[in-house]
Amino acid sequence: MSHYSAFSVFRNALTGNRHWQRAWRDPHPKPSYDVVIVGAGGHGLATAYYLAKEHGIHNVAVIEKGWLGGGNTGRNTTIVRSNYMMPGNTMFYERSMKLWENLSQDLNFNVMISQRGQYNLCHSPAQMDAARRRGNVMRANGIDADLFDRVEVRQRLPYLDYSPSARFPIHGAIFQSRAGTARHDAVAWGYARAADRQGVDIIQQCEVTGYIWDDGNIVGVETTRGPIRAGKVGLAVAGHTGHLADMAGLRLPIETHVLQAYVTEPLKPLVDTVISFGAAHFYVSQSDKGGLVLGGDLDGYNSYAQRGGLPMVEHTLASAKALMPSVSRLKLLRHWAGVMDMSMDGSPFITKTPIDGLYLNGGWCYGGFKATPASGWCFAWTIAKEQPHQDNAEFTLSRFERGYQIDEKGAGPQPNAH
Amino acid sequence: MIRINCPVCGSRDENEFTYGGDANVVRPAMDEAETGPWLDYVFMRDNPRGPHREYWHHVMGCRQWLMLERDTLTHEIGDCILARGVA
Ligand SMILES: Cc1cc2nc3c(=O)[nH]c(=O)nc-3n(C[C@H](O)[C@H](O)[C@H](O)COP(=O)(O)OP(=O)(O)OC[C@H]3O[C@@H](n4cnc5c(N)ncnc54)[C@H](O)[C@@H]3O)c2cc1C
Ligand SMILES: [Zn+2]
Repeated sequence: MSHYSAFSVFRNALTGNRHWQRAWRDPHPKPSYDVVIVGAGGHGLATAYYLAKEHGIHNVAVIEKGWLGGGNTGRNTTIVRSNYMMPGNTMFYERSMKLWENLSQDLNFNVMISQRGQYNLCHSPAQMDAARRRGNVMRANGIDADLFDRVEVRQRLPYLDYSPSARFPIHGAIFQSRAGTARHDAVAWGYARAADRQGVDIIQQCEVTGYIWDDGNIVGVETTRGPIRAGKVGLAVAGHTGHLADMAGLRLPIETHVLQAYVTEPLKPLVDTVISFGAAHFYVSQSDKGGLVLGGDLDGYNSYAQRGGLPMVEHTLASAKALMPSVSRLKLLRHWAGVMDMSMDGSPFITKTPIDGLYLNGGWCYGGFKATPASGWCFAWTIAKEQPHQDNAEFTLSRFERGYQIDEKGAGPQPNAH
Repeated sequence: MIRINCPVCGSRDENEFTYGGDANVVRPAMDEAETGPWLDYVFMRDNPRGPHREYWHHVMGCRQWLMLERDTLTHEIGDCILARGVA
């Protein structure tokens, strides 16, 4: 598999681009592996990559029922940030941010990380106080954060509604300058290619339909392409965790919900940053192709259907218009949906399970894209060393019975509020 | 758009309703002193891919709590009854 470089681009250009090699192999499943990861989204592929690179475990397969990156990795709005303040979250997301900053070099694949900065707008004095507290926690942990008042926000983001009739007046914003976006598909492809180069088998069009058991332990998976034995099985199936856990007899603090994303027709450059509305669940950025990328709330009911309903389209666009009246005549080009594990405190799981041989990565709610590098890194650590790294030590299943929920949003046991 | 067949008002758009969650979770008796049943009630869910019994509140209509079966894979709605009869 060839290394990508300016020279390889030049050489292939001279030969009519006819000699590029496949970016990864398409192997048949072997009868057994040391580790089988279920789900070839960013998290599963990153886990395989770090198992090989950091822990020397190369006999690994990633098994995917569809095509790699076709789940939430390919459906999300690509926002990357590390502005978390609950112990257990803060340093995990900062690890992820640090990995993002060098990811293209590490993978030899341009993941188009763009640290364009992210604003969380505040619409009341109380929200400003909460933002100041969050910013202080971040800074105390060595993470960049700035607090801007209304005047400064207005200078920086002049196209928002500052008129007296604005439905929610803008009081200020908390800003993380290292936050931004990354190219979602490139993250899946970059990890896939890098894992493949480390000897990992990526097996697509292969659905896991059950487990192979031995005396109460899981020793492999049943798939639509036959049984595959494994020393360890790691789940990284995003919204399908409930379903795969159920097949293992596990009941989890998770509900599966559907979330939509929207893209408008292309515009000239307008929004050169990421902006989150603080009064309703809404955020906006602009893609390299010029479309405004909009995100909002969950549809609000349990769903495994990868499609959303019209009421949430209207709600999200009403929020967009309230914040940025200039968008009112834009046409939506596309919208789509993904299904996610909404955990009962809004925080994820990277942990061993009560079943020997089964490891869990899930519960990412609607914020797991930014976590991709650290999630793979910590999950690989947990699988290889049989214990968590300190950065994922709190992401256990037992935190609920112990009373140690990580409720970043302070929303209580509500799976649809995080 | 999901349409819900309210036994009082007839077939209505989903945005007249608010979702009330899984109807299979049952609150333990108030004198339950073990933590296990409370853990199950507050946090744990079956989260099925398929038929799901759930509550909806017809908040912009008759204001009754309803219980219905909905398929979480297809969003198809089955029987819908008043929740007060059962819960
Ligand atoms: C609309 C939307 C917007 C979002 N916006 C953001 C954002 O701006 N920032 C952010 O940080 N996060 C965001 N997220 C969340 C983020 O996309 C996810 O948390 C993250 O991508 C999850 O990655 P993953 O690798 O765990 O899952 P996925 O990419 O979904 O991968 C899981 C894979 O498992 C496979 N699978 C499932 N069942 C089986 C089976 N039985 N056998 C084999 N394979 C199976 C699936 O096909 C899938 O490919 C958003 C999500 C959505 C839906
Ligand atoms: Zn009614």
